[in-house]
Amino acid sequence: MKWIKKHLLLFAALAVLGYLLLPNVVVAVFSFNSPRGRYNYEWNEFSAAAWLDPCGNPGICEALGLSLRIGLTASVVATILGTLVAFALGRHRFRGRSATNLLIFMPMATPEVVMGSSLLTLFVMAGMPSGSLNITIAHIVFCVSFVVVAVKARVSSLDPRLEEAAADLGANPLQTFLRVTLPLAAPGIAAGALLAFSLSFDDYIITNFNASPSSITFPMYVWGAAQRGTPVEIFVVGTVMFLVALSIVVIGQILSSRRERKA
Amino acid sequence: MANMAVAVGGTEAPPPRRAGRNWVPYALLVPGLLFLAFFYAAPMVTLGSQSLQEGNVYDGYILTGNVGIYPETLSEYWPHLFRSLGYAASATFFGLILAYPLAYYMAQKAGRWKNIMLILVIAPFFTSFLIRTLAWRIILSDGGVVSDVVQASGFDHVLNFMGLTQGDTLLNSKFAVIAGLTYNFLPFMILPLFAALDRLDPRLMEAARDLYASGWQTFRRVIWPLSLPGVVAGTLLTFIPAAGDYINSRLLGNTQTVMIGQVIDSLFLRVLDFPKAAALSFILLVMIVALVGFYVRKAGTEELV
Repeated sequence: MKWIKKHLLLFAALAVLGYLLLPNVVVAVFSFNSPRGRYNYEWNEFSAAAWLDPCGNPGICEALGLSLRIGLTASVVATILGTLVAFALGRHRFRGRSATNLLIFMPMATPEVVMGSSLLTLFVMAGMPSGSLNITIAHIVFCVSFVVVAVKARVSSLDPRLEEAAADLGANPLQTFLRVTLPLAAPGIAAGALLAFSLSFDDYIITNFNASPSSITFPMYVWGAAQRGTPVEIFVVGTVMFLVALSIVVIGQILSSRRERKA
Repeated sequence: MANMAVAVGGTEAPPPRRAGRNWVPYALLVPGLLFLAFFYAAPMVTLGSQSLQEGNVYDGYILTGNVGIYPETLSEYWPHLFRSLGYAASATFFGLILAYPLAYYMAQKAGRWKNIMLILVIAPFFTSFLIRTLAWRIILSDGGVVSDVVQASGFDHVLNFMGLTQGDTLLNSKFAVIAGLTYNFLPFMILPLFAALDRLDPRLMEAARDLYASGWQTFRRVIWPLSLPGVVAGTLLTFIPAAGDYINSRLLGNTQTVMIGQVIDSLFLRVLDFPKAAALSFILLVMIVALVGFYVRKAGTEELV
């Protein structure tokens, strides 16, 4: 009894982690199902068919390709814009700091329907037809803030004396930035980029407001499919995405802990 | 609230002022902030303007300053609005209860497991939100483990009595929608809480114990007040997006659980009643600005980002 009481907090923590990860496990398990009907909601029998032919469902890989393209563009642009802002916030004191903090926070706190619909009104008034460019712009908007948060956390924890040391050793500001500051901030920038990519890849609501029939992203494909059935292939894609992202994060962790041990 | 001011004041301070080179921060800010001004702030203006226009999609709209759209829209859709706020508040409440022990454990007890647990908290993000919500249909389905346990324990009668479910099935109900919302926004509660609790000096807890505080008193008087910035940030980041979400209500709910986001979506994209849709969207935006404004007045902006 005392043992249970002592570890109560651990059990609670593990239970919550389990709650968080349960759907991912279910998705992985059901990617090996061979459903009886069109809906992959009940376990029927083991089958690797969907894994062997993930593009088997018409349209799924086109949608996947579009999502990858939009995700890459949006995350690259958002990472550049966000990193610059994060350096300003993490490294400098300036007038208009609170306003900047607020403008960065608001997109994270705005519900997706509001952001998607407001962008739609802007594009309609500007006479810009819906499509993948609009989707990419919309994704950059909400990704920038998350990049700022990730990079700023890293930048403000760096020791400014390292840069001073570089300057003392005769490095000019550009050299200092490229050889000292940037490598030190790199883990934060990488984390921000990864977060931006997965947010963009995952977005449905904002995308749906700004998409045209010829720009169907993967989440839109899943939504459309869910009205008529749930093809096993989407569970395969979900599982692959999870495994790829998880391995990137784990490798990143191993690299950075190794580097820290060396230093 | 005095506790909160102390906690916020004692944490993150802006970096020291640097001599010379005053233009540098502005040069860094310009591209990002211009982008957000164009594609975040300007759309809010066009959204407000759209709500005050009359006309239709085919012949175009004219700005007539039709303020009457607001009372009209509110009287038609207030049930959806209140329902959304209620669901979001429930999801935030359950999220806080679930997130706190995990965040505290990660920050103070996990030691070298801290990073691994953090990865596991973020990991669900890497599988599509929609696919994970579909997975809840499998988990809660009739004849599944969860459904069996709920029925064996008699908890289904409680849920029925509270009006959260109807009959034997857990799906297509208020219960499923709130459970889905709680699940989907939980990481947004855990991460700010973790950030606040991670800064907590363990010696403060030792000091409380040395001064004969019980475990509960230590929590109530030391840990909780110092974690308040995280609690508030997590609450905002859970409540606001949850109030606008409609994926959960659409995939896990029924016709009685329609949330405000679903109404805005269908008014914009199916009914093509742009002014009404824009008005509803703008009402949601105003409520959020009010909430964030309240937070900023209490705690400042340094903790937000």
